Amino acid sequence: MLPEFVFDASEGAALSAYILKRLLTAIPVLFGLTIIVFLIMAMIPGDPATAILGSYATPENVAKLNQDLGLDKTLVEQYFIWVGNLLQGDLGRSYTLNRPVLDEVLERFSATLILAGTALLLCSVLGLIAGIISAVRQYGWADKMITLLVLVGISTPSFWLGLLMILFFAVKVRLFPASGMYAIYGGGDLPDLLHHLAMPAFTLSVVATGVIARLTRTAMLEVLRQDYIRTARAKGLSERKVIYKHAFKAALVSVVPVIGIQAGFVIGGAVYIETVFQWPGIGSMLVTAISTRDLLLVQGGVLIVAASYVLFNLMADVVQSLLDPRLR
Amino acid sequence: MRKFIAGVLASAFLAFAPAATAQIPPNVLVVGQIAEPKSLDPHAVTAVNDFRILMNMYDGLVRYKDGTLEVEPALAESWTISEDGTTYTFKLREGVTFHDGSAFDAEAVKFNFDRMLNEDHPYHDTGPFPLAFFFSSVEDVEVVDEFTVAFNLSEPYAPFLSNLAYPTGLIVSPTAVAEYGENFGRHPTGTGAYKFGEWEANAKVVAVRNEEYWDGAPALEAVIYRPITDANTRVAEMLSGGLDIMVEVPPDSLQQFKGDNAYAVHEQAGPHVWFLILNAKEAPFNVKAARQAANYAINKTALVENILQGTADVAAGPTPPAFAWAYNEALEPYPYDPAKAKELLAEAGYDGEEVTFYVTEGGSGMLDPIAMGTAIQADLEAVGMDVKIETYEWNTFLGKVNPGLEGKANMAEMAWMTNDPDTLPFLALRSDAFPDKGGFNSGYYSNPEVDTLLEAARRETDQEKRAQLYKQMQEIVQEDAPWVFVANWKQNAVTRAEVKDFKLQPSFFLMLQDVKK
Repeated sequence: MLPEFVFDASEGAALSAYILKRLLTAIPVLFGLTIIVFLIMAMIPGDPATAILGSYATPENVAKLNQDLGLDKTLVEQYFIWVGNLLQGDLGRSYTLNRPVLDEVLERFSATLILAGTALLLCSVLGLIAGIISAVRQYGWADKMITLLVLVGISTPSFWLGLLMILFFAVKVRLFPASGMYAIYGGGDLPDLLHHLAMPAFTLSVVATGVIARLTRTAMLEVLRQDYIRTARAKGLSERKVIYKHAFKAALVSVVPVIGIQAGFVIGGAVYIETVFQWPGIGSMLVTAISTRDLLLVQGGVLIVAASYVLFNLMADVVQSLLDPRLR
Repeated sequence: MRKFIAGVLASAFLAFAPAATAQIPPNVLVVGQIAEPKSLDPHAVTAVNDFRILMNMYDGLVRYKDGTLEVEPALAESWTISEDGTTYTFKLREGVTFHDGSAFDAEAVKFNFDRMLNEDHPYHDTGPFPLAFFFSSVEDVEVVDEFTVAFNLSEPYAPFLSNLAYPTGLIVSPTAVAEYGENFGRHPTGTGAYKFGEWEANAKVVAVRNEEYWDGAPALEAVIYRPITDANTRVAEMLSGGLDIMVEVPPDSLQQFKGDNAYAVHEQAGPHVWFLILNAKEAPFNVKAARQAANYAINKTALVENILQGTADVAAGPTPPAFAWAYNEALEPYPYDPAKAKELLAEAGYDGEEVTFYVTEGGSGMLDPIAMGTAIQADLEAVGMDVKIETYEWNTFLGKVNPGLEGKANMAEMAWMTNDPDTLPFLALRSDAFPDKGGFNSGYYSNPEVDTLLEAARRETDQEKRAQLYKQMQEIVQEDAPWVFVANWKQNAVTRAEVKDFKLQPSFFLMLQDVKK
């Protein structure tokens, strides 16, 4: 059903060169980012020792703990130590969690990827289908229903929707668990994961589904008005062929970058959803790490999130250029 | 097209349909915690959330007697205190083993305190140990014989025993520390009623019954601690059957649970006090009448009943009633009396100048600080004070308040939770505890009489006599009004009706040794 691509070897080589170039330009971006995070964390008042000691944070205790944590060094020293370790694949040890940052960040990030990936898949599939139906049946009852649902979806705050879903599906009918990623007793397999994933992934996908549906509808309507569609119909092609082979492929070119941008929003939105559903993802980790001034954990988390943004955008660009040769 | 959509929806539904997950066995208790533990090394942590697990996996030399904040023997069977109050000699319980099978003895006790206090100790680098200063008066720990250990203090320090009952005084296995090093906190090994089972990051900590527990093996087979940071989600988990016990229930939900027979609500006042620090160095609160006026002007009953919805009691003085033995029962809270407040303000010569009030957004033990702050502002404005609120995030707030309020603010919210009646007044009400001397007296209250009483109480090893000193101190401090005494928080928990023999403790620790389900 998807468009078929034909390309020759030289095109493939050009594409890999393009990807490589994009990846290389990402490196200074990421490094710049780590410097900014370092500076922001240094600028905001409060320090990890105060966060750990709480009520007992006397200047004397704070100084002692900062020394134990290696935070009595200058900012520049601390940054270079961090970069030096980073180049050896060591992201340091979290002060608050007392474990290597890398372990925590990878675990958390894979949980977020599962959640955000599922949500992105859901919103792409549902959004495209809804958008196509809307466009094809413009002003019909299906279009009106979908438009209504989409508007409601876009305007619903997702954390609130999440709480309502918990209230209904977990508390009232007890169909889905209220929180967590796996059952705390037994479980741990794929069905268990999907069972826990259903509510948060759906909640997270609602707004993006709406956005993609709206956009697909507009893009499709525009394409359907084009001369070549009329020509295709005049040639006697079946409506199915006209819509999927010709119109949809062309509309997809303008929808794909939006899906790429939505990927960013979905990961950003995951922060709330992770908190509401106690999903052990990177968003909720970053929120906690910032409030406890866990600098190394924040650095590690931001780095991996930023790298994934770069990758998602790159992927969207690549897919788009595959769809539309004019962009290459 | 329709067929395709139907197919997608059907397969989506099948994929997400409820899986048959194993039921939690009847003898396993699930506890809803407010956060992931930082570490399960009792010497490395500072949060009550972590203590709730630790107190069930480890024992100290002494512990708090059920329902009180008074100490009783635990791993130590008995102890003697030297005449001058500087040597504590403990007779240890024989035949106790750590969960890893190694023996508990005097050497193990020495190892624990040396690791925390002695920078040259081979395992000092398994820290840091942020609360090690609880034992900063310990000069050395001496192994007298296999089951006798003596602590030599640099000066008499009466809170020593209750500090030993605090989680920082829990005893860890030296062999396990040697084996796991800096990762000991993820492989906790003590002598407690429950042994460490597993820790799945951000999902659960499992503690299993210690069949050989010296004080009798617990009835429960295991306890599972689940971190659920969002209070609403915690309530939803409780309602959907995912938890047996939840702590720190939001006041709104507490009412809901109270009306439902499937749940039992538990409340217990703790060693907590919520107060306003008044800046006694600068006008207007440099005059006692103005400070008392603030105490009269604020309607504490309304704060406690309407904003905190009954989850706290009105505080009368600087010492929480949970320290029953040291609490002055004769103290009555300042009544709500705006007329009297106006009179006192006039007497103090208050001319309507602007008063800056530091309010925090959250923070441990701070209850509902923004709502409390605005209600207090309204009460003070009703008696003619012009109050300007400045709100800060907790860490920033501490960074502003702890160095002292001079030149910045006239009042600030604050809350403390301690384990000994000495701690808070000693750190926050003495002349020698001004911020520039390393204390928390951010409002610069100074009364030589109070200083003397607190110094004497710290040196007094006779509990009766010590109590008298604290009672006198409370009377003077209440009269001097360096703070507005507002509330004493009651800890709450909800259990499912099947959970038996559960009780909250004034220490705020979650003791699960005797719980059945």
